[in-house]
Amino acid sequence: MGVSIAVAASLLGVFAILKRMSLVGDALSHVALPGIALALFFKINPFVGALAILLLAVIGIWFLEYRSQLSVDTIVGVFFTASLALGALFIPEFELLEALFGDISQVSNFDVILSVIFSLFLIIVLIAVHKKLALHMVSQEMAYSAGVRPKTLEFIYLMLFALGVALGIRFVGALLMGALIIIPAAAAKNVAKSLQGFMVLSSLFGAVSAVSGIYLAQIFHSAPGPIFILAGSVIFIISLGWRILVKR
Amino acid sequence: MENPILKVSNLTVAFGKEIVIDNLDFEIQKGDVLAVIGPNGAGKTTLFKALLGMIPYRGTVAWAAGVRIGYVPQRMEIETDVPLTVYEFLALRQSAGFSREKAEEAVASVLLPKEILNSGLGSVSVGQRQRILIAWALLGKPSVLLFDEPTADIDIRGQESIYQLLHHLQDKYNFTVILISHDLNIVYKYAEQVLCLNRQKICFGPPAEVLSPEQMQHLYGGEHAFYHHLGQHGHQH
Repeated sequence: MGVSIAVAASLLGVFAILKRMSLVGDALSHVALPGIALALFFKINPFVGALAILLLAVIGIWFLEYRSQLSVDTIVGVFFTASLALGALFIPEFELLEALFGDISQVSNFDVILSVIFSLFLIIVLIAVHKKLALHMVSQEMAYSAGVRPKTLEFIYLMLFALGVALGIRFVGALLMGALIIIPAAAAKNVAKSLQGFMVLSSLFGAVSAVSGIYLAQIFHSAPGPIFILAGSVIFIISLGWRILVKR
Repeated sequence: MENPILKVSNLTVAFGKEIVIDNLDFEIQKGDVLAVIGPNGAGKTTLFKALLGMIPYRGTVAWAAGVRIGYVPQRMEIETDVPLTVYEFLALRQSAGFSREKAEEAVASVLLPKEILNSGLGSVSVGQRQRILIAWALLGKPSVLLFDEPTADIDIRGQESIYQLLHHLQDKYNFTVILISHDLNIVYKYAEQVLCLNRQKICFGPPAEVLSPEQMQHLYGGEHAFYHHLGQHGHQH
């Protein structure tokens, strides 16, 4: 399950980096916290709570982006960083650590199946629209002239992003979620020479980090989330070395 | 008399309180080459966006039925290390039925070698990238081409060769072309009509009539100062 989530997230990361939305995943994951708090309060599945509030937040961002001249970055940063504090206040203490850092070992079988299905859905949709997405990010005007409507595409992307964040929070928690999306993609960018390579490598690095995270966590009896992030960072450093030595 | 392929009437574009294009009228016939000239900030790129229907405007932009527009932007917002090969870039346009052969045809039509398909989009030269953008626009089988500063950032020899390419394509396909250019020399050689734009239509006609010293002063010097009310504080406009 961790692998499928990681792959989904890293694919998202490819486009996040292309779009310079690198920090959005981070801020957006903070929004999820009040959602989790509410879900726990009403005794519903925290994933559902997180997803619901993320979808709402994303719709809000999409709407505001076209009303005001602000970029997604600014809107998310300004409006949603306070959510972390809000959520932290309301989540009962023993659940808080899990919400912040994630813990895969606690999930039920039903959750696992649900997560895998959602991840696969996300991956499939992302692959289906990846050409339009890439074109839109390279040049909005050219994409428009080829029939790509910016509003619709942005909406789809942001929805997928919200789904990705909701899925990832389970795995790595609200604090590290941004890294789940960005690190494998950043590493892949250092090495890839083509878009296809970029996407494949990003997913691969995500998967490898996920597997190491889960495996090492079992050996050391700790949460897999932080280990995943560290594994991803190691891959990134290696990729940086590659870029400096080879890609020139 | 044939219907014009494009008829623009009372076009006004404003961003907030700032009027960027003010009550513009002009029309062009099929096969014309129109150059749009004017100082920076005069609304030229905005005009293109309005012609493409990308931004809201008042007035009318009436394209003839069945027109397909190919757009070649001035500069792409692309870092040089974004992983995307030339082939992939061309393939972004078509969803189905795009093949290596079509890609090779496309780059050949802009006089580039087929090996360039494997290069990264960010690692080719500016002149080559410009040709690739043209090839990309041509893939859509357009009847009208909009070029925004096709020779910006390219050296003199490169500029000549881009325009020769455009001339060659124009001869072959009889496109209607609208191009924005700062290059009056090139405008004079290749354009049939010139639109002088500085928020308003300052002039419109064949280059020989329009590119006179008086007109140029009016376009680049006079009107601009007039709009900024230099030294005219306290006057009601």
